[in-house]
Amino acid sequence: MERARSVKIVGGVLLALLAVCWMLAPAAVAAETYKIGGLFSVTGPASFLGDPEKKSMEMFAEMVNAAGGINGKQLEVVIYDTEADPTKAVSFANKLIHSDKVLAIIGPSTTPATMAVIPEVEKANIPFISCAAGNKITLPVKPYVFKTAQSDIQAVATIYAYMKTQGIKKVGLLCVDDGFGQSGKEQLLEQAAAYGITVVAEESYGKTDPDMTAQLTKMRLAKPDAIVCWGTNPGPAIVARNAQQLQLNIPLYMSHGVASPKFIQLAGDACEGIMLPSGKIAVAGLLPDGQHQKPVLMDYIDRFNAKYGSGVSGFGGYAWDGMNIITQALCGTNGDKAVLRDRIENMKGLVGVSGTFNFSAVEHNGLGSDSFVMIKIQNGTWALVD
Amino acid sequence: MQEFLQYLFSGVTNGAIYAVIALGFSTLYSATDLINFAQGEFVMLGALVLVTLWSQAHLPLWAAFPLTVLLVAAFGMVFERVAIRTVRKPSPILLVLITVGASIFLRGVAMLIWGKDAYSVPAFSKTQAIEIGGAYLLPQSLWILGIVVLLVVGLNLFYHRTLTGKAMQACAINKRAASLLGVGTQKIALLAWGLSAGLGAVAGVIIAPITMSSYDMGTMLGLKGFCAAMLGGLGNFWGAVVGGVLLGILEAMGVGYASSSLRDAIAFFLLLLILYARPTGILGKASTQRF
Repeated sequence: MERARSVKIVGGVLLALLAVCWMLAPAAVAAETYKIGGLFSVTGPASFLGDPEKKSMEMFAEMVNAAGGINGKQLEVVIYDTEADPTKAVSFANKLIHSDKVLAIIGPSTTPATMAVIPEVEKANIPFISCAAGNKITLPVKPYVFKTAQSDIQAVATIYAYMKTQGIKKVGLLCVDDGFGQSGKEQLLEQAAAYGITVVAEESYGKTDPDMTAQLTKMRLAKPDAIVCWGTNPGPAIVARNAQQLQLNIPLYMSHGVASPKFIQLAGDACEGIMLPSGKIAVAGLLPDGQHQKPVLMDYIDRFNAKYGSGVSGFGGYAWDGMNIITQALCGTNGDKAVLRDRIENMKGLVGVSGTFNFSAVEHNGLGSDSFVMIKIQNGTWALVD
Repeated sequence: MQEFLQYLFSGVTNGAIYAVIALGFSTLYSATDLINFAQGEFVMLGALVLVTLWSQAHLPLWAAFPLTVLLVAAFGMVFERVAIRTVRKPSPILLVLITVGASIFLRGVAMLIWGKDAYSVPAFSKTQAIEIGGAYLLPQSLWILGIVVLLVVGLNLFYHRTLTGKAMQACAINKRAASLLGVGTQKIALLAWGLSAGLGAVAGVIIAPITMSSYDMGTMLGLKGFCAAMLGGLGNFWGAVVGGVLLGILEAMGVGYASSSLRDAIAFFLLLLILYARPTGILGKASTQRF
């Protein structure tokens, strides 16, 4: 009896010791590494964004670590799947800030999730680089909030500037009835006048609708010089097929939301001649050799393809650029978050996958109009316009 | 006029898709009195299995089609055996909830197997869109309509002319009485699930060339198919066709003559009106006649 009791006590003490070790262990490891948090919609409706972003972030960290880390410290990434849900994004952001104690956060992939997370990172003074495109993320400028994705503003400006050179005066808009389509429509309506363009028709379609010929037929009555379709796969592919079916013969423009090989695969020969703005990544191989962004793009593409086989897209580039910015700014800061923030804000001329970043106290996106290039689908592949 | 025709064709294209999905709902309802909310997921399975057989196993479409239908029908039977028959106290609401759960489960599994991307398969016939009075109709829409009509004729013959079909109807009307008269009710239920899952797969296969196939395509299509079945009269096969085509045309006319942002609202509002006037659906018999 006495013996059994002492065994129990010893066992209990051992267990308690184990628990203490287990609790201390992460803290002990954390001191040896720089921890960076990631919040991406790896699954769910926006997985096409979050999945390559997660892969790119991990890939960047591996690359830095293989080269010896930053000032001798290894990078450690902690990534959570937000499923594009703002509520989950906020709770994971708190987890990153308070329990994982990260130095900086990259993501979320979508604008609603980003807007929900911003108050949390502002409170904690954590440098935060969003991968979402929404304009309101960095307008107005918030001290700790940055973003790497091009936005609708630059995409619409690129399309309209090109249309102006083509003498297009009247456009019809066909936007998907979700946040992406809504925000694109706002910009398309707002910027039209500045380029001498009138919007003569506004239609919408549902994300999983099987047929859009009715919308296109109605639009034909308004006689637009061009149609702009704003959506993400598979809707625009069906629009392209329907336009071919109706023999519309009106130039079709798409958003940067379909600038991936998947669109060509889905739309087949119906996508011939379609024009869209794209990050340079889709046409990296076509850029002239002296182009300043080409080496960065080719390096990213080669690494991504070598590791994951396929699926390289501009979306992953947002997280890649975010990591690039953070690690460059992190050198020599010894993990001080305020210094890290200042160094990001003063960063100039960093050539990334999305474009050239020039941050300042009034500009926390940093991308200029060179972040998009107009491309055309020709013979089943991308071609530069002009 | 040209516009009206085009809206009509657009409506018929969408409507034929809703109709073929509605048939799956009606088939199961005719035999088991159940509504299967995973029917849209059977459609999705049909489309994605076809994609795999066609693009991975390199089968020609004419061979992949029946194989897909058989595979999904077999899956429907397994589902009945595992998830429906094993319920100890099968109340209708419980079984319906099981199918709702199954739809979420199937979507998740499909996302793991086929990923989150959409896939496309070629149309059955390679010809261009057919021009009628300045409006264009895809040959695939005609394929869908033709197959729907064939299925309805076949199903009507099966349910009204064969002993098995009559036994199925008897099971729906009163399971216990049918069992007392020597009908193997368990076998009938198994057969009904196989049949309706197979019909879902047929729907998936024939609509895959028009819509794109992805793991999340089933939800909205299933819902619209259910509406079509309700509109035409649940359990009535011609009703499924009438309901589906009517719903599709209402949507297209809503886009054309009102606003595309209101298309679902207009279609569903008219649906409510029709169901208010005729609660049993356009071709449905009053339920008192069945029981």
